[in-house]
Order: sequence, then structure tokens, then C-alpha cells
Amino acid sequence: MNYQILLSQMLEGTLMSLRIFFSTLLFSLPLGLLVSLGRMSKNPIINLPVRLYILIMRGTPLMLQLLFIFYGLKPLFGIQLDRVLAAQVAFALNYAAYFAEIFRGGIEGIPQGQYEASKVLGFTRQQTFFRIVLPQVVKRIIPPMGNEFITLVKDTSLAQVIGVVELLKITSNWVSSAVDMTPFLIAGVFYLVMNGIVTRCFTVAEKRLAYYR
Amino acid sequence: MQILTANDIYKSFDGVEVLKGISVGVNKGEVLAIIGPSGSGKSTFLRCVTQLETVDAGDITICGEKLVQNGADGKAQYADKAACGKIGLRIGLVFQNFNLFPHFSVLRNITEAPIRVLGKSREEAEKAARQLLVKMNLADKADAYPFQLSGGQQQRVSIARALAMEPEILFFDEPTSALDPELTGEILKVIRELAAEHMTMVVVTHEMKFARDVADYVVFMDDGAIVEQGKPAQLFDSTTNERTLAFLSRYHDA
Repeated sequence: MNYQILLSQMLEGTLMSLRIFFSTLLFSLPLGLLVSLGRMSKNPIINLPVRLYILIMRGTPLMLQLLFIFYGLKPLFGIQLDRVLAAQVAFALNYAAYFAEIFRGGIEGIPQGQYEASKVLGFTRQQTFFRIVLPQVVKRIIPPMGNEFITLVKDTSLAQVIGVVELLKITSNWVSSAVDMTPFLIAGVFYLVMNGIVTRCFTVAEKRLAYYR
Repeated sequence: MQILTANDIYKSFDGVEVLKGISVGVNKGEVLAIIGPSGSGKSTFLRCVTQLETVDAGDITICGEKLVQNGADGKAQYADKAACGKIGLRIGLVFQNFNLFPHFSVLRNITEAPIRVLGKSREEAEKAARQLLVKMNLADKADAYPFQLSGGQQQRVSIARALAMEPEILFFDEPTSALDPELTGEILKVIRELAAEHMTMVVVTHEMKFARDVADYVVFMDDGAIVEQGKPAQLFDSTTNERTLAFLSRYHDA
């Protein structure tokens, strides 16, 4: 087995995994915030579709969602997304639902008194949300967010079901052609390193926000 | 000049009437104390005049501006949103459990609203805030965070935060109820000092001695209605009202 070629291909696969990882965060975090606001809306015209969305995203396998977005949009709507884009869309939609519920938990945990103090002081609703509520939500949701980020690193491997060549796909190609299990071990180390970095970032963020309680 | 005039205020929650025709007036520079048992509607009344709740019927005028009045149908009609917001800036409210912003330093708790809402410059707002902190005997706590302070200190910060908006009238909703007994004194002292400076105030309180000493006028509420009101001497010493006597006797026993 040529380890130099193996490693360089695995690095390429890692880049693909990271591409999905970062694009998912970029889109699903803001989308998740919007979805959480919709979920908390008292208007059933907003609230009910959002709840249905969350139910579908959390209630069906991400792998099925990937397959649907890559293969299923064509017969239904005549839309054919490119493999990587389909994966990015599926991941963003799926993770937005999880993030939305985490945001909701964080927002609903802010005491009513914070809103009342803000109102009496004359803050607008936007100022109250972005300056008073959201910063406190961020601190509260760091532990559950850490879980999701770590899961996302590993979930990127699911993109191979629609033919995206990411780290684990490349690895298993090597394993099956060379009948040698070593690449699996190496892949495991790669995932561990990525999640080690993610964990480290969350530890730092938690410490940085420890200046208040 | 009356800073606050409330006439015949009615308020129900889920069909239960909590305020049954409350009328109260506060003149400039006066201190009004509202006393009464828990659940008598004192706090609800305060929340209505500070716009944290809406009334079902009645008139409220603050600094000559109508916040709400009865329409032709006898139901409350509020001024438009801009007018309500403007009236809201005339008042300050100090909460029972402080409600400081935990992620802001003491100084920023006090300066944030003057800067963002009143449009003051940071220098101006910080200068005023530091003066208020000196007055509250907290000059060395400007950079502390709320969790590092005692309850009494937190409540003094929240009074400074309210004063920084330069309100015409300051409301206190049981400002010492969340504090240990040994800390209530420092809050009452601050309110006394503000009274000496002729700050117009309405204080919902369970501190009878304080109400008698500091208030110009006392309102006794029970079961959503005003049972009796008058000068402290009259209400505390020479009342003949049975409900007032029964309520006060519970405090004398304690």
C-alpha cells in the first residue's frame, strides 16, 4: 500500500468533509434561529408548518433526506442538484431543525424579568433580543451545541450515500481494494483530531463566557 | 401638579377580577406607599401603570399625558405605540428581584439604556452612571458583574439603572422582599434619601414602619380594591376600619 497516496487522498476526503461541516454551520445556525422563532410564534399559520418541518427533519433518517434531495427532487419538481450541493442542502435543513430546538430551549430559559426590565428601560424588541436575550442564550446553549457540532463532524460521512467522496468513502475504497484495515484506523484518528479541535473550541468559548453567571 | 393619575382601573386575568376600580393620584415630589396582603393587586396595579400589563378599563395619565382612557364602549383605549413609548420613558421601575442584565458589568447595566434609548454619548452616560454609583455607595463596583454582588448591592444597582433614565416618577415593586432582613435597611435608606431629594415615588411594600416614616400618603389595598387611604398617621394610628386594623395587627404581632 502506498501510504503517501493514501494519506493525500484521505486529506482530500477530509477537505470535502470539512466543506460540508462548515457550509452546514454557516446556513443552519441562522436558519435554526429563524426556525426557533417560528416555532415559538403564537400564530398557528407560522407555528404549525414549522413544527411539521422539525418533526420531519428529526423524525426521518438524515440518510433518507440526503437520498430524497439528490434523487427525489427531479421526478417531483424537475430539480437536479449536484451531489455536493445536495449534501449541503440536506445537512443544512436537517441541522437547522436540531439547532432550532436548542435555540428555543435557550430562549425560553431566559427569565421573563429580563424582558420586563428591557421594556421598562425603553429598549425596542430588536434591541432586547439582540443585546439582552441572545448573548445570554449563547452561553446557555454551548454544551448542547458542542454535542451537535461533534455529531456533525461524524455525520458528514453519510454524504457518501449520494456519491460524495468524503473521508470515510475514500478510506473504505482503499480498504476494499487493498484488503487492509489500516486505513480505517487512520480515518478514526482523523475524525478524533477534528473533534478534538471542536471540543477545544467549545472549552475555550465556555471559559470566555464564564465571566458572568 | 399630579405626576400620576389613575382612575377607576379594572383588570382581570382569565375572568378573575384582580383590580376592581383603583383610583390613585401622586403629586410631584410625593411618596406614595401601597400596602396590603399578598394577592391584593398591589403589584398588578404597578404593572399596569408601568405598561407591563394592560388594563381592561380606566384612565391613566402620566405627566399630563394620557396613556389610556375609556372609549365610548367603556373599554380601555390606549394611546398609539409612539405615545405609549414616550410615556414609558417618564417612569422608572425597580423590581422585586432586581432583573439586572447578568452579562453586563454594573456600569454597562446603568449606561446601556441611556446610550441606546436616549441617545446619550458614552462619556456622558458613564459620567452620570459613576455619579449614581457614588450616590448608591457602590463606586468601587462599576466593573463588577451582578453575580459578584450581594442582593442589596444588586438592588442598589437596579435603582441606579432606573435613575439613569431620569424618570419623572419611580416605582418600586416590593424592593426589599427578595432580600435578607439585614440587607433591607440599605435599600430603605436609599429610598429615604431619594424622598429627601423630592423624587416622586410609588412604593409597594410590606415594610410598615418604612411606609409610615417615608410616605406622604398611604393606600391600603385588599382583594383588588382600595380599602382605605390617607396620611400615614391617620391610616396607621387612628383608623377605625376593621380590615385595616386586622391587617396591621398581623404586623404588630410579628
